[in-house]
Amino acid sequence: MSSMGTTGFEITVNLIKTVLVFLMMVQAVPILVWLERRGSAFIQNRFGPNRVGPLGLVQLLADAVKFLNKEDFVPDKANRFLFYAAPVFALIPAAIAYMAIPMSVPLIIGDSKFLIQGYEVNVGIVFILGISSLAAYTILMAGWGSGSKFSLMGAMRASAQIISYELALGLSIVGVILMYGTFNLTEMIQQQQGPLHFTGFGYESYIPWLPNWGIFFQPVGAIIFFAAAFAESNRLPFDLAEGEAELVAGFHTEYGGFKMLMFFIGEYGHMMIASGLMTTFFFGGYLIPGLTPNDVYQMGLNWFGSETGANIFNSVAHFLSYNVKFAIFLWIFIHVRWTLPRFRYDQLMDLGWKTMLPWALANTIITAAIIFAANYFVL
Amino acid sequence: MPLGGVIFITAFIAVFGVILIFLARAIGGMAKRSSKAKMEIYECGIEEIEKKDTKISVKFYLTAILFILFDIEIIFMYPWAVNFRNFISGGAGAYVFVSMLVFLAIFIFGLWWEIKSKALEWD
Repeated sequence: MSSMGTTGFEITVNLIKTVLVFLMMVQAVPILVWLERRGSAFIQNRFGPNRVGPLGLVQLLADAVKFLNKEDFVPDKANRFLFYAAPVFALIPAAIAYMAIPMSVPLIIGDSKFLIQGYEVNVGIVFILGISSLAAYTILMAGWGSGSKFSLMGAMRASAQIISYELALGLSIVGVILMYGTFNLTEMIQQQQGPLHFTGFGYESYIPWLPNWGIFFQPVGAIIFFAAAFAESNRLPFDLAEGEAELVAGFHTEYGGFKMLMFFIGEYGHMMIASGLMTTFFFGGYLIPGLTPNDVYQMGLNWFGSETGANIFNSVAHFLSYNVKFAIFLWIFIHVRWTLPRFRYDQLMDLGWKTMLPWALANTIITAAIIFAANYFVL
Repeated sequence: MPLGGVIFITAFIAVFGVILIFLARAIGGMAKRSSKAKMEIYECGIEEIEKKDTKISVKFYLTAILFILFDIEIIFMYPWAVNFRNFISGGAGAYVFVSMLVFLAIFIFGLWWEIKSKALEWD
């Protein structure tokens, strides 16, 4: 328990914090659904939901009330335990993995230091990859438990797709690990501070007007990672698991009401993990471009005149910075969904195994060769 | 590892989810009327086809086996990647780099063989 705090007060705060992060995730889903519906309407030149509340923002609250009032239904052929357990389990992997992503610099009040994340895991990358791929079990539970052939076929497709893209996803991160030399996400972010600089061959060159973000070192890795993340979270153009033209609704054909809403929370949770990891690996995490956390702390000290105020300002500013980057990636997820058509299943598997995996492999070898040469030879 | 935190939040979410399900059940109520057609699984107006009658392509099984093989090989690269810079600064860079190239050669041969033997062709 040492990483969850040393005194009783710290442990209590840290446990409450994990609950808060989870509730943040859950309440972000209605906003994302609203954004998705309004965004798709915007893209397709329609209005979207605009009747309930200002800009239609209360629509999702109304939907939730409607979902609650739906009668509880289980088909006769379903396995009742799996049918009820699958939506509950859908919430767990996404939330647990998201907790490990740092969202701001630690908040220091007096002697206590609170991380702005659920908990810090030293092997952050391995933990997140391992936990988030447990989502395949959720989908298989739902598909098997429903007792319907559409559900089962959707679940089989989804799990085959998730494990296929997991290879490209895992391999595209090897380049990132080579770059930073650590599994810890906070240390990765700390290495992305300051202006862009390349060191190697005994030289050091700076580009002062660009931040030192991972995207400039790993562009191919970033593209492969983001594309594979779409497949991992079952989003279009890779949403073969629920291709409504052929499988009705895939693994959640038999679900309705609140149980389906819980699957939605899980799906959007995976989108959030992918966006958070993109931000952390390639776009400097919570860092503000051009300012180090120390600069922000000094600014806070000038404005508020007290260390506590400066610390709170520091954490809040970085939290906002993280959320801006995070929101941009979530929007890209939504924009892509309403822009690209769906793949055919064999094209999807070909893309994963025959295109993305070799490219990720090439990226790994070239990254390793450059790092080796740059540190080994001195010109 | 913050094991305590992980266990706590897992339990919390499980309880939260179960409460949501029971809440929806309490407010919405159970199905009040039932008929044979209503309790059937989804089908487009013809006789229902259950999961036990569904034939699944053997390719899914093959994909899963291949995934396990390749995923283990990728996981082996993680500790190498995280220590690569330390090995270079420690003077063992060339040895570690060439060893990984040999390992990757086997990996690439496996991938090439898999593609060539049409294990990934969907018909």
